[in-house]
Amino acid sequence: MEYVIILISAILVNNIVLAQFLGICPFLGVSTKTETAIGMGASVLFVMTLATIVTYLVQMYVLVPLNLAFLQTISFILIIAALVQMLEIILKKVSPSLYQALGIYLPLITTNCAVLGVAILVIKKNFNLAESVVFTVATALGFALALIIFSGIREQLALAEVPKGMKGIPIALVTAGILALAFMGFAGLV
Amino acid sequence: MNQLNNFSKGFLRENPILVLLLGTCPTLAVTSSATNGLGMGLATTFVLFMSNIFISVVKDFVPDKVRIPAFVVVIASFVTIVDLLMQAYTPALSNQLGIFIPLIVVNCIVLGRAEAFACKNNIFSSFIDGLGMGLGFTMALVTIGSIREMLGAGSIFGHKFIAEGADGILVFILAPGAFITLGFLIAILKKINKSS
Repeated sequence: MEYVIILISAILVNNIVLAQFLGICPFLGVSTKTETAIGMGASVLFVMTLATIVTYLVQMYVLVPLNLAFLQTISFILIIAALVQMLEIILKKVSPSLYQALGIYLPLITTNCAVLGVAILVIKKNFNLAESVVFTVATALGFALALIIFSGIREQLALAEVPKGMKGIPIALVTAGILALAFMGFAGLV
Repeated sequence: MNQLNNFSKGFLRENPILVLLLGTCPTLAVTSSATNGLGMGLATTFVLFMSNIFISVVKDFVPDKVRIPAFVVVIASFVTIVDLLMQAYTPALSNQLGIFIPLIVVNCIVLGRAEAFACKNNIFSSFIDGLGMGLGFTMALVTIGSIREMLGAGSIFGHKFIAEGADGILVFILAPGAFITLGFLIAILKKINKSS
């Protein structure tokens, strides 16, 4: 039951993009086509889950016992960067087709604040390892959901007649605002 | 003249948020009031010019291949300093901004300036560039924060100006208001930059 609440809360109620404002750059950057949105969503799901597990273990078994909790930010960002790099090399060797599909998104993910944000949030919320994994997967699914819905709207938007000054990013932001308004409807769920 | 140019470009012509669209996550997240925007802006400004100075000092010793990880470590160190200082001296603000202070590390503005400016220019220019960009960022955050606070809560920097008991347009303090305000501001600035 507890896990279901975490799932619903992270996907719908506290959607990482539309309610918590993490990962806005890829949200605006790669959401012009549904196809790329799915690719980005999948890559984030993959990297985020892996990164949170590793950073969680490092925090609990290295930083806290050694009283080095103040090094959290530095160590987490290095772990994420190294992990992404390693993943890229491994994927290239092991599964070239998956690398083809996810390859271009991987370097972008290092600077995706959602990955570091979730790693820090999990520690802040005092989750145990299982809860952390559920929370991370749910958050990544929420990210993918927002990205895919938004890309669908933007594909339509490209054909619509928009006032000159609002073309491009401004109208995309206003659209995201309306989408966020819709997601606020889930607020009473949990 | 050149230094003046380095300083002033961050305000309108190359404003990191409104023109270059960098650092949108903290922009949207912390601008629910003008005070929060100011706090976040100043914290980022400090990290920006300190890391700009440091990187322009070490740029000749760092091999090109490992330059990005090296920059990230430098930036992360300064972010940790700011984070700890804010926890100690401004605990209330630190609580409000929450995880967005450690997340200055992944703010594209900081790494972007390091990569685009500090690793090619001397110490003084880098310092001026960092300061200008940081203050431009702060200005944008305060502007967005003020608009949202005025519309959403009927106050500015915490001083209420509408009648007691009256409510603002709540949606502007909440998430959707952030997106909508930023969208319109970018459209307005696009218009200004085009006509000048």
